[in-house]
Amino acid sequence: MTTLFVIIGYLCLLLALGFFSNRLFRGTSKDYFVASHSIGPFLLLMSVFGTTMTAFALVGSTGKSFERGIGTYGLMASISGLVHAAIFFLVGIRLWAFGKKHGFITQIQFFRTRFESDSLGYILFPILVLLVIPYLLIGIIGAGKTIEPVTAGAFPSIFINPSAPQWLGGVPPWLTGLVVSLVVLSYVFMGGSRGAAFANTFQTIVFMIMGLVAFTFIINALGGINNAGNIPARINEKGLVVQDFHYNKESQSVEKNQPPKIVGKVVDFENANLANVQPHFWREPVTIEFKKKVPKTGELIPFERELGIPFITFVTYLFIPLSVGMFPHLFQHWLTAKSAKSFKLTVIAHPLCIMVVWVPCVLVGAWASGVLPPGIPPPAVLSAMLNLLVGDEVLIGLLTAGVLAAIMSSLDSQFLCLGTIFTNDIVIHRAGQDKYTDKQIIFIARSFIVVIVSLTYVLAMLAKDANVFDLAIWCFSGFSALFPVIFAALYWKRATESGVIASILAAVVTWLYYFHQSGYGGEYMIGPGIVPAAICFLAAAITLVVVSLFTKPPSEKTLEKFFPKTD
Amino acid sequence: MSKIIIWSLFVVLFFMHQDFWWWNDSELVFGFMPMGLAYHAGFSIACSILGWLAIRFAWPHDLEAFAEEK
Repeated sequence: MTTLFVIIGYLCLLLALGFFSNRLFRGTSKDYFVASHSIGPFLLLMSVFGTTMTAFALVGSTGKSFERGIGTYGLMASISGLVHAAIFFLVGIRLWAFGKKHGFITQIQFFRTRFESDSLGYILFPILVLLVIPYLLIGIIGAGKTIEPVTAGAFPSIFINPSAPQWLGGVPPWLTGLVVSLVVLSYVFMGGSRGAAFANTFQTIVFMIMGLVAFTFIINALGGINNAGNIPARINEKGLVVQDFHYNKESQSVEKNQPPKIVGKVVDFENANLANVQPHFWREPVTIEFKKKVPKTGELIPFERELGIPFITFVTYLFIPLSVGMFPHLFQHWLTAKSAKSFKLTVIAHPLCIMVVWVPCVLVGAWASGVLPPGIPPPAVLSAMLNLLVGDEVLIGLLTAGVLAAIMSSLDSQFLCLGTIFTNDIVIHRAGQDKYTDKQIIFIARSFIVVIVSLTYVLAMLAKDANVFDLAIWCFSGFSALFPVIFAALYWKRATESGVIASILAAVVTWLYYFHQSGYGGEYMIGPGIVPAAICFLAAAITLVVVSLFTKPPSEKTLEKFFPKTD
Repeated sequence: MSKIIIWSLFVVLFFMHQDFWWWNDSELVFGFMPMGLAYHAGFSIACSILGWLAIRFAWPHDLEAFAEEK
């Protein structure tokens, strides 16, 4: 119960921050949408980093490392450090410059002007909404999965249908999702993009500090940093996967299992080199059969899991971080920058911030393989580790607040961004700039945000068992398939309206095809392990180039606007 | 010239990311970090240094001036 009070206290603090940012709100739509271009280097770094690191970074990375091992870090984190920083430098600063010069507030305004095309905006709008929604879903699903285990036992007579038997009485995902949605909605409603930037900065600091505190406590509970390395599950001489240790909650220490507890077996065990290997600590693929308990019947059923990462998958994953170039919410954050210099800190510090958050999460996920049942749902691994290893309820509350902070610092920007593009690119664009007063514009944006929050909540409840990491990868794949469009818009004069529309359609069609093949959000690879993002990206890029070369480029006047003589 | 060097370093880093040579090495560095993870943590630091170099030697001053001019 104490844990729950700490979490509620944190949510109240966020609401107070919303009220505070509302007092700084200048009352204009420009202030609501892009904070009057007033955000400096530190706030920009925190809001950009906080936005890109969501449930995916904490809950998803820990769960994925539990499933596949430490290869998770190279797969997403270190390549993101390289690709994200390059995109901030090559795309972010350039878009900020054009946004400031020509008064753009949204991505769609930029594309419409760059390609002299009204219809491009109407095509892009539903696609951007379609792709942002899975991103929103992972936040709400991730929050629900996190709170239920850490509040287990708080209300045993009220919440009697838990997701897993051991979480009886925990706050159910539907209630967590509802509360988180309402809190984020409140401070975005009040403070707009400035409120989101303040809340993001506060929450990013909270989740980074809490992440490190959690890491320290987990290490101590596992018997110190050097002993933690012995904890992950091991393959023995017979090809059986064993856990050598268990955590004794009464003595609050790690104790050796005598004999080691068998939790799985290597499928087709032929490789003698696998003996005594901790498969979560290397990246060579190995298929293991585990058993998991069916929550309702208690029956044990076998399931297979491939640990490690196929090399071709690792290489083709580089396409996924390209998505940041097309995130509409990141575009909006870039435009809040006071000057180009505000980007410098983000370019340098972003890879380090990723490292500070991801390395501990990936290690905790790998260590979890040695003390948690293998059948536990991956998104619940982080909170299950906290619950098992950190006894203090206040501390668990604070650490869980840190996880919620990471989740909400992305949700706010995404909600705000959808409200912004709907208002500016659809409503004002159709009605004309002078039809509505500033107050009415802000009201329209806020109303659309309410609709999107409600829709997202309903969808999150329908997809409550989805894998947070895999769903996020689908969202990123869609945006990365659109990356050729933004890159060509900035660096290729010959890109045309028809080329861009054809490229967007190619990206969407290929993405929808593979998304359908995956069973709508599961892990899916093509052939020897190629990620669908690679194929979608290549299809979009080739289409863009071919169609552009056969169609008429924009006028010289437009090209002069976007390719100034300074180049 | 400096821009070419920065781009070359970017390409070198991209290839260094594909560290197939550690793929089946689970040795622990400093007693707790698996080799594959320690290497990629170092890679993140290298990315940050490359970012600093890019800002120092390839900053788009002209674009900045273009955006700021009235």
